[in-house]
Amino acid sequence: MTDALTLAGNQYHSRLIVGTGKYRDFAETRRAVEASGAEIVTVAVRRVNITDPGKENLLDYLDPARFTILPNTAGCYTADDAIRTARLAREAGIGTLVKLEVIGDDKTLFPDVAATIEAARVLVREGFAVLPYINDDPIAAKKLEEIGCAAVMPLAAPIGSGLGIRNPYNIRIILEHSRVPVIVDAGVGTASDAAIAMELGCDAVLMNTAIAGAKDPILMAEAMRLGVEAGRKAFLAGRIQRKLYATASSPIEGMLGS
Amino acid sequence: MRVTINGDPRDVPEGTTVAGLIHHLQLNERRIAVELNRDIILREHYTARLLADGDEVEIVHFVGGG
Repeated sequence: MTDALTLAGNQYHSRLIVGTGKYRDFAETRRAVEASGAEIVTVAVRRVNITDPGKENLLDYLDPARFTILPNTAGCYTADDAIRTARLAREAGIGTLVKLEVIGDDKTLFPDVAATIEAARVLVREGFAVLPYINDDPIAAKKLEEIGCAAVMPLAAPIGSGLGIRNPYNIRIILEHSRVPVIVDAGVGTASDAAIAMELGCDAVLMNTAIAGAKDPILMAEAMRLGVEAGRKAFLAGRIQRKLYATASSPIEGMLGS
Repeated sequence: MRVTINGDPRDVPEGTTVAGLIHHLQLNERRIAVELNRDIILREHYTARLLADGDEVEIVHFVGGG
């Protein structure tokens, strides 16, 4: 596979990872996932509704044999809760991948870095492939890599904010020092944001709201697929240097009257 | 006897196992995980594990999320 994303020992064509929250129904979720081309999809772990157990299950629409299901620990505010959620997710039969989120504050949804590191340490020891959601903080990224996380996932901007990459310089520093995949997670608003992340050299982009919240989620899913692909190709191609003055594209020689 | 399932008190017959409870609730075993008094119950133990009065059971599955 040329230019594959290698994550936790598996190879993927797509560098776009999508969430499955906030869609109208499971059918729309599936159509958006299909349009995005994503091979990895995130899911949340929640209580079964025992008063109405006949309800359809998300995984009836997203076949785990075809997609890599990445359970998250969204909504957890302590290391213990995140560890508990990750263990439950594994027992539900999906595998050892986990998107580790330990939230520090409900207004910003910024991560509690200390608690994230604490939880990552336990989960790595238990054999999980941990993908931690973190700030655009090179030090936190380094520590999580040293613990043995399978990737680091710095935010572009607050979850669901759609602000795009607020601090490309920090992302660049993380990229320069990281030996595990760097996945921009959260804060992307539109296709150009995804392209910028990929042009910086990120290995993948993870998003949910930017697609699910768009007026036409299916079309936006396709736009994101193209944005990620364009950004990746531009990164590999190597962009020209920025210059203050013009450089003519047409030859100077052979002008009329010269 | 009375057990609490996902925060909801329920009466179940004496001798109910985890497997029996899952069957009673019509849940598909494959896509859930079960905690009994904060301990995860492995799938292979569902049929042997008996519930006791006052037990707290959590049954989770996957939902849409980011």
